[in-house]
Amino acid sequence: MAYAVLQKGRFDDFIVALAAQRKVMAPVSKGYGHFEFEEVRSATEIALRYIPTILPPKKYFMPQRETILQYTSDSIEAVVDFDPMAIFGVHTCDLAGIQCLNMVFSERPKDYNYLVRKNNIIIIGLECGDYCDQYASCAMMNSEMPNGGYDLFVTEFDEYLLFHVSTQTGEDIVKSTGLFETADASHKSRLAEYRKKKKSIFKKELPIDSKDIALLFDKCFESKVWDELNDRCLACGNCNNVCPTCYCFDVIDEPALDLTSGVRYRRWDSCQLETFARVAGGANFRENRGARQRHRYYRKFSYPVKKFFRYFCTGCGRCSRACMANIRLKDVLMDLIKAHPLDNA
Amino acid sequence: MNRQILKSSHFAVERGTIVRIKTLSPHEKLFEIALPGNARLNHDPGQFVGVSVFGVGEAPISVCSSPTKRDTFDLCIRDVGRVTHAIHALKEGGSLGIRGPFGRGFPVRLLEGNDLVLIAGGLGIVPLRSLVQYVINNRRDFGKVSILLGCRTPDEMLFGDEIEQWNKRIDVHFACTVDRAAPEWHGHVGVITTLIPGEMLVPERTFAVIVGPPVMYKYVIGELLKKQIPDRQIIVSLERHMKCGLGRCGHCQIENLYCCQDGPVFHYDEIKHIKEAI
Ligand SMILES: Cc1cc2nc3c(=O)[nH]c(=O)nc-3n(C[C@H](O)[C@H](O)[C@H](O)COP(=O)(O)OP(=O)(O)OC[C@H]3O[C@@H](n4cnc5c(N)ncnc54)[C@H](O)[C@@H]3O)c2cc1C
Ligand code: SF4
Ligand code: SF4
Ligand code: FES
Repeated sequence: MAYAVLQKGRFDDFIVALAAQRKVMAPVSKGYGHFEFEEVRSATEIALRYIPTILPPKKYFMPQRETILQYTSDSIEAVVDFDPMAIFGVHTCDLAGIQCLNMVFSERPKDYNYLVRKNNIIIIGLECGDYCDQYASCAMMNSEMPNGGYDLFVTEFDEYLLFHVSTQTGEDIVKSTGLFETADASHKSRLAEYRKKKKSIFKKELPIDSKDIALLFDKCFESKVWDELNDRCLACGNCNNVCPTCYCFDVIDEPALDLTSGVRYRRWDSCQLETFARVAGGANFRENRGARQRHRYYRKFSYPVKKFFRYFCTGCGRCSRACMANIRLKDVLMDLIKAHPLDNA
Repeated sequence: MNRQILKSSHFAVERGTIVRIKTLSPHEKLFEIALPGNARLNHDPGQFVGVSVFGVGEAPISVCSSPTKRDTFDLCIRDVGRVTHAIHALKEGGSLGIRGPFGRGFPVRLLEGNDLVLIAGGLGIVPLRSLVQYVINNRRDFGKVSILLGCRTPDEMLFGDEIEQWNKRIDVHFACTVDRAAPEWHGHVGVITTLIPGEMLVPERTFAVIVGPPVMYKYVIGELLKKQIPDRQIIVSLERHMKCGLGRCGHCQIENLYCCQDGPVFHYDEIKHIKEAI
């Protein structure tokens, strides 16, 4: 395990040095308790203590809108747009979200648009020592601790930042900036202490074992909980848009003014919208909002378990923060737990 | 921002040329398409392609000719909306974007040696035609073959000339029915289930293939199960909204299945527990 120490007094030098190599994206305060990942040039712009950004770093891997094809009257070319960058300050829940997307897009048939961008992004994680707010359920989803998926990972202490160097790319950054000291036993024991304290703070948020959530979902497809959501959900799609593991998209053509050339792009779509599953002839396979809400929950806690052997919820809490109808993921899960007790519980 | 050409992208589209257009009805046209250099599409019956009119968009369309026809392939398209309307406006010699083929087609290898009951309702004849043509072109490899068609009225029946040929063959049993008809109609009137052969059917060696509108599946499958056909041997092709054909955009999802990749063709035993399927 390689660790490196950056004195806080050198943090700004580090960001400036990194920004000289490539674009640096980091959490920035937008006021009213909101944060967003944006390009930064110095450390002063960065919010080291932040709650999950409105949009997850997914937006750099799978942009809200991206060109996938360009055509003229005599050529059609599939294309990818990318920007080499480093994302600084990715929380552990969002690292888990990126790991989910990596699985989805590297499965065959591979999505080269995603993979080209992924290969041009350096990831620097950032540890949370305490809960972001009451909406987070990262402990239940096992994403409160770093679990790979980064080049460098930062834990903040009063006087310094401790970097875990996980990849050669991370090591090259540490070396090239020349700002780091090597970590010694005292740094590592401080980290161990920090993690011990953290474990006493982060407790599974609901009375269910993580592994049992999939069993719960085996039982609750016909639950009345979905009927109740049917009456409350506004079908706005906010919950999809802010989720780090939602990846549905729409594909749209945009002709240029000459009408013979143009582009085809994909953009984020939402399974909560009424038209999402409607086909020609008018049949709609998830006509009511309850069925669509159920679909969203099953896409987090059931279907991906069958396909990827992991949950596609990181517990980041974004969907709960973004819902105008006050639908809270933890409450929905709690209602399901109460309505469908597991036999062994 | 850097832009790079992605040769291996699954969004890459080939330019297909429209060799021939045949008007089948006021809403449906048959397009015969050639790929550059008459390259083979190399599809299985039941697979589909993404068909593009650039500037308008792409729609999933079943390949409705058999792979035994090599230089060109057929698409039968109903004019229902933006993309399909733009396709209908094209002329012979014009070009279309083609992506695919996608999905899992009919399990032709499994069907070999067995008796087949092929059932189509309405537009279902379109994807089924690729299988019928394939079976007829390799007729010796299959047991008894019945083709049962149903539609609302006689003039909605597509591929009339071709169906007439099937009807004349001594090696297929053919029947069709309509929901309602003028007095001059000599065929059956009534629901399609009445056409399913009774005593001559040997359930263990019969495969039934059903393609039709969503409402049709439930009662046709019910009838086939009553006739003791094992659920593994009942095969359906499902339609869903599709945007990618790659198992990602999410539009075609049926619970944990992706219709575009896991289907559109399914064995009934794979989907009978899936409530969103039929
Ligand atoms: C596997 C498969 C095979 C098909 N084969 C054929 C075929 O052989 N011949 C044929 O005429 N039609 C076929 N269809 C239906 C055809 O794809 C739709 O009619 C077409 O996409 C409508 O596009 P549009 O732009 O013309 O209509 P729009 O203007 O987009 O909308 C018209 C209606 O079609 C629905 N729709 C839109 N896009 C899609 C889509 N991508 N998939 C399904 N429904 C959609 C809309 O919800 C709306 O209700 C098939 C569909 C699937 C999924
Ligand atoms: S479902 Fe909600 S809590 Fe879970 S990852 Fe998505 S936005 Fe975060
Ligand atoms: S954010 Fe809330 S109201 Fe909007 S679609 Fe999601 S659950 Fe429904
Ligand atoms: S069409 Fe996109 S996932 Fe099936």
